[in-house]
Amino acid sequence: MVTTSLAPNSADDPLAYRPVALVDLLDRVLATGVVVSGDITLSIADVDLVRISLRALIASVGALAPPEPPAAGGAAAVPGPDAPSAGALPGGDW
Amino acid sequence: MRSTVEPPTDAGDTGRWLHGVLREADLGLLSGLPGMTGEPVRPVRAAGLVAVVSAVPLTEYGEEALHRNLEDLAWLERVARAHHRVVDALARAGAVVPARLATVHHDDGRVAASLTERRAELAALLDRLTGRGEWGVKGYVVPGAVPQAEETAGPGGAGAAYLRRRRAQLTAREDVQRNAAAAAAAVHEALSRHAVAARRHAPQDRRLSGAPTAMALNGAYLVDATAAAGFAGLVETLGARHPELRLELTGPWPPYSFVAERPAEPARVREPAW
Repeated sequence: MVTTSLAPNSADDPLAYRPVALVDLLDRVLATGVVVSGDITLSIADVDLVRISLRALIASVGALAPPEPPAAGGAAAVPGPDAPSAGALPGGDW
Repeated sequence: MRSTVEPPTDAGDTGRWLHGVLREADLGLLSGLPGMTGEPVRPVRAAGLVAVVSAVPLTEYGEEALHRNLEDLAWLERVARAHHRVVDALARAGAVVPARLATVHHDDGRVAASLTERRAELAALLDRLTGRGEWGVKGYVVPGAVPQAEETAGPGGAGAAYLRRRRAQLTAREDVQRNAAAAAAAVHEALSRHAVAARRHAPQDRRLSGAPTAMALNGAYLVDATAAAGFAGLVETLGARHPELRLELTGPWPPYSFVAERPAEPARVREPAW
């Protein structure tokens, strides 16, 4: 087994910022987080909008990677908006 | 550069992008922390809490513009990283409730109203997050690995044995997935017991992750800072115990995954559609 520590922040040197994997970051900043009912961007909590973004993401990355076989996870499995547990979504208020 | 103490009150064509909420802001930290446009972030205080915001032009961050820009991978990556950079810096300094990406208010007054309205919830969240960090553990399927050599002898003669072998070959692929799923559940449960809270994100698409094999576990764990080393050790141990999964540890992250209105309970897992 391999355990790789892709520390998003390196504890030994707080000034050295190590970029995190974008997909890991989007898991967190899109699908989770407190959604304040911003005056403008309530719609960002809209799942469809997020899905659209991720489709664009897949399309961009997909050009570089072979298509996913219909194995575990499913070719259509879109990462990100973790619908079952995105507790911040209901109501769109926060 | 704007003052970090007296927030500008201009409304109109700028909005307030929310990074996160804290109990107390270190003004020195904020004044040196570039926000979404490169200008330092600012505090907005209300109800004994501090919201850290960036002033953003609505031509780029208004609702209409966001609809358009979120389709643009380069834009999405840039803002996600800019937002994360701020949240991460705040999280290093103390407890922070991270805001979801693209939370924009019209002006400081609206931000303050949000703080006041959600004061109790935010205060409780900050208490819960103090001294803790989020760790990510991803588990990738290892196709060749077999957890245990269980089957061999069984009832029946050579013919039955052949059929069993043949069936085993045909279902080997499914077995790999099933074994990986079982290992993922076991790993998640074990990690959850060492965490204050745990949840599973949907597995990442391989076209996004670039991983050679499918992901069976995409877990997030809220762990006391004092227990972080032990948690990392546990990941090692579990990886050795479950060769059918390749585990990858990331962190510490700001507690993005643990600020939903109803945080997942420890060890109570919502299964992803895997």
